Amino acid sequence: MIRFLFKGLLRDRHRSLFPVITISIGVLFTVLLQCWITGILGDMINTNARFSTGHVKITTRAYAENADQLPTDLAMIGAEEMLANLKQDYPDMDWVPRIQFGGLLDAPDENGETRTQGTAFGMAVDLLSEETQEINRLNLAEALIQGSMPNESGEILLSDDLAQKLEVAPGQTVTLLSSTMYGSMAMYNFRVAGTVKFGVSALDRGAMILDISDAQLALDMMDAASEILGFNQIGLYNNEEATVLATSYNEAVVDDKDEFAPAMLRLRDQNDLASMLDYIQSFVTMFISIFILAMGIVLWNSGLIGGIRRYGEIGIRLAIGEYKGHIYRSMIGESVLIGLFGSCIGTALGLGVAWLLQTYGFSVGDYMKNATIMMPNTFRAQITSTAYYIGFIPGLFATILGTSLSGVGIYRRQTAQLFKELEA
Amino acid sequence: MNNGHIINIEGLIKRFPVGSGFFTALDGIDLSFGKGEFAGLVGPSGSGKTTLLNIIGSLDSPSEGKATVMGQSVGELSHKKAADLRNHNLGFIFQTYNLLPVYTVFENVEFPLLLLKMDKVKRKKAVMDALDWVGLTDKVKSRPKQLSGGESQRGAIARAMVKRPQIVLADEPTANLDSENSHHILQTMEKLNQDLEATFIFATHDDKVIQYLKRKISLADGKVINDELTPNRT
Ligand SMILES: Nc1ncnc2c1ncn2[C@@H]1O[C@H](COP(=O)(O)OP(=O)(O)OP(=O)(O)O)[C@@H](O)[C@H]1O
Ligand SMILES: [Mg+2]
Repeated sequence: MIRFLFKGLLRDRHRSLFPVITISIGVLFTVLLQCWITGILGDMINTNARFSTGHVKITTRAYAENADQLPTDLAMIGAEEMLANLKQDYPDMDWVPRIQFGGLLDAPDENGETRTQGTAFGMAVDLLSEETQEINRLNLAEALIQGSMPNESGEILLSDDLAQKLEVAPGQTVTLLSSTMYGSMAMYNFRVAGTVKFGVSALDRGAMILDISDAQLALDMMDAASEILGFNQIGLYNNEEATVLATSYNEAVVDDKDEFAPAMLRLRDQNDLASMLDYIQSFVTMFISIFILAMGIVLWNSGLIGGIRRYGEIGIRLAIGEYKGHIYRSMIGESVLIGLFGSCIGTALGLGVAWLLQTYGFSVGDYMKNATIMMPNTFRAQITSTAYYIGFIPGLFATILGTSLSGVGIYRRQTAQLFKELEA
Repeated sequence: MNNGHIINIEGLIKRFPVGSGFFTALDGIDLSFGKGEFAGLVGPSGSGKTTLLNIIGSLDSPSEGKATVMGQSVGELSHKKAADLRNHNLGFIFQTYNLLPVYTVFENVEFPLLLLKMDKVKRKKAVMDALDWVGLTDKVKSRPKQLSGGESQRGAIARAMVKRPQIVLADEPTANLDSENSHHILQTMEKLNQDLEATFIFATHDDKVIQYLKRKISLADGKVINDELTPNRT
């Protein structure tokens, strides 16, 4: 009997192939959408963390309030000791000092006169120490376009765009014009070791990457750092973890109203990320819910229509003497099979395409030229465990539900009435 | 089975809800059928033929009165009991053949036996016998849409007869067939009636069918207006 029903299912493409295709497509898009949005969000957070905010960041309170002005005069003094303490108190995190500053870069001609000039966004990180993870974190090796990585003090990396604008090549010298921590004029020569392109418009416009000790020299910031960033080991931002950390740090260290006292901020607390993340998150939740709902309704409906279309067949089977319950169960059984099959295919395809997008990405750099937020120029999908069920469950249950409801007609109608529909 | 009758109908009334009131489709029917009859319900459209056939077939139930089929009162049967009654004792033949389109002729005829859980060897033999009765053994593997109207109806007859039911209910079986095919079908059924001793009850207003009947029950407005044995044709 089961074989008999199965044969019928396979032969009737309206009952097997078409619903499977519908379900697969719906599930595929749900999975893809989920991976896509997760990927973009994750990338955004990750890019922000790596280049700008860390998972947590310690600055003076005054610095935090004026962070967008890159105020080196509000930096923390005694960075060495702070770092040592942090490493001791929170050994699970990687703690790194950074200095961000603005300045003018001046490329001289052979006579030492200004040939070209451009504004630069200086980012001083630990480039030269043995154990530094910053090179990996900023993806410098991959970002390198020309030249080589700095391997001694006095060497810098320039964003490729800025290098082109200044018409300088690796090996040439540029002069930084900025102000010291104490407000006087700073002037310092660097040798360009290489050029880089990050794929983050906010950086590619004019970044200058240098070792932190060089920045300390150039800006008269001995033993000072404007920021100390903390990164967890797995490299993914975890808001709860960051909250616990920041709360404990701030309670222990900050006990007065001194605006130069250090304070720890979470990733969310910086760059307006909180409101943006919340906004995106609620938007995404809404969007995905609506999408799943719509898919659910479509599949439910097709289950319903599939069932109603078969009232004639059901009438005959009843007339021949099949039990109503048996027919109903066989219809549900079929919809489970179809739903499972379609949802599996849809999930597999969705994961497949998501994998491609995760691996190769989708470039949006051209639309992001003027972006000020840290956002990657290539959108990548990210496959999370949610992707395995977010399409599967509604795909399966909407189908079964649709069939269940349409099948209720078997019970609700007089058998003879099913025949009227059959004769029509 | 009362007095050798396999179908007994007493004071049967069937009303259908129509708008706020009721329409009386069958209005006090008293009838009985014995084993091996070849009878027909005859009457104009709307006289209640199909309604009566449906009640005998336990597809519908009486509003009042009693219809007993094979000793079981149709209106009082559970869904399962009614299904069992149809499964074991009743065969249906419809105007529109109603073969299941996704199955072959063989599979369509096999279906009632699957419900009866007959084993495979016996099943195959029974299906081939039934197809032999109706002369369709060369179309075993065909799908319904590859068959002519006459062939389809012969397939439907094989499906109704394959389990050798006591009662066969045929609602306008010739309505979609030309005269030659109609006669062929009727001769087949006449032969099966004799060979298998099944009771045939037709609902029809087709003169070709009426010619073959041994008992003609005339209905009008839900009432039996005449019930006569017709002289045996030779
Ligand atoms: N489910 C129903 N609801 C309301 N009225 C119905 C229903 N079924 C049948 N009727 C009415 O009952 C009457 C008898 O119908 P029935 O189908 O038995 O007629 P019939 O003799 O088979 O006619 P025909 O020769 O056209 O098939 C008709 O007037 C029909 O409109
Ligand atoms: Mg009728």
